[in-house]
Amino acid sequence: MGDPIAFIILAVVALASALGMLLGRNAVHSALYLVLNFSTIAIFFLILKAPFLFVTQITIYAGAIMVLFLFVVMLLGAERLGGEGSKAGKWQLPVSIVLAFLLIITFVYVLISGGDAAGGNSLATVEGGPVEIGLALFESYVFPFEVASVLLLVAMVGVVVLRTKRGDNA
Amino acid sequence: MPEVTIGWYIALSVALFTIGSLGVLIRRNAIIIFMSIELMLNSANLAFVAFARHLNDINGQVIVFFVITVAAAEVAVGLALIVAIFRTKHSINIDELHILKG
Repeated sequence: MGDPIAFIILAVVALASALGMLLGRNAVHSALYLVLNFSTIAIFFLILKAPFLFVTQITIYAGAIMVLFLFVVMLLGAERLGGEGSKAGKWQLPVSIVLAFLLIITFVYVLISGGDAAGGNSLATVEGGPVEIGLALFESYVFPFEVASVLLLVAMVGVVVLRTKRGDNA
Repeated sequence: MPEVTIGWYIALSVALFTIGSLGVLIRRNAIIIFMSIELMLNSANLAFVAFARHLNDINGQVIVFFVITVAAAEVAVGLALIVAIFRTKHSINIDELHILKG
């Protein structure tokens, strides 16, 4: 299930960025560390033969959800809310640079080596591309799929209701 | 070189989940707590995909797809709630939000 060296480097980046998220004093820094962590997990998905989930992870998690987080953080001006001091710490800049470099190098390495060269029985492995995911989704998961769409609709209506000013029409 | 087994992925997933739960427990900023929840969901996703690969079963990946859907809905509603709370209380420190009054 992948190259040991690539796994160890990616695991170190994932753990370090998670700890950076946990220990960061500034909410914007925490959000950016979390983007790094999500990218690392996306590369794990690529190694584990799940290319569709790789793309989904990048676009939805590292893209949409984290943009939402950063948007709310900046909307509230809440970088330092919680009274936890504003000392960013000198360690953050070198740590982030090293982590980002490791991530990029490993990503290129994984892409070049084809992800799972040591897998061996490539005939028997599932390849989670859009076709396979889509077939599974619409053959055995039709009802959960519909429930998920209703859930998204409910969330959308809920957000609109939350943002409606009290006493506007009710 | 040792072979990467399912255990390595489970260990990493457990470590990430632990960091996420630590974040929920020790941080006081509601936005950071939400990020920690996202981290925990992601560690579960990693375990799902690792098992899907290990067992040669596509179903694990479909579950991850649903988890991502639910996480997106949860973040949208949760952040709207945080903004609404901030408008009334002018704080998102969860220690100051213990009164159930508008």
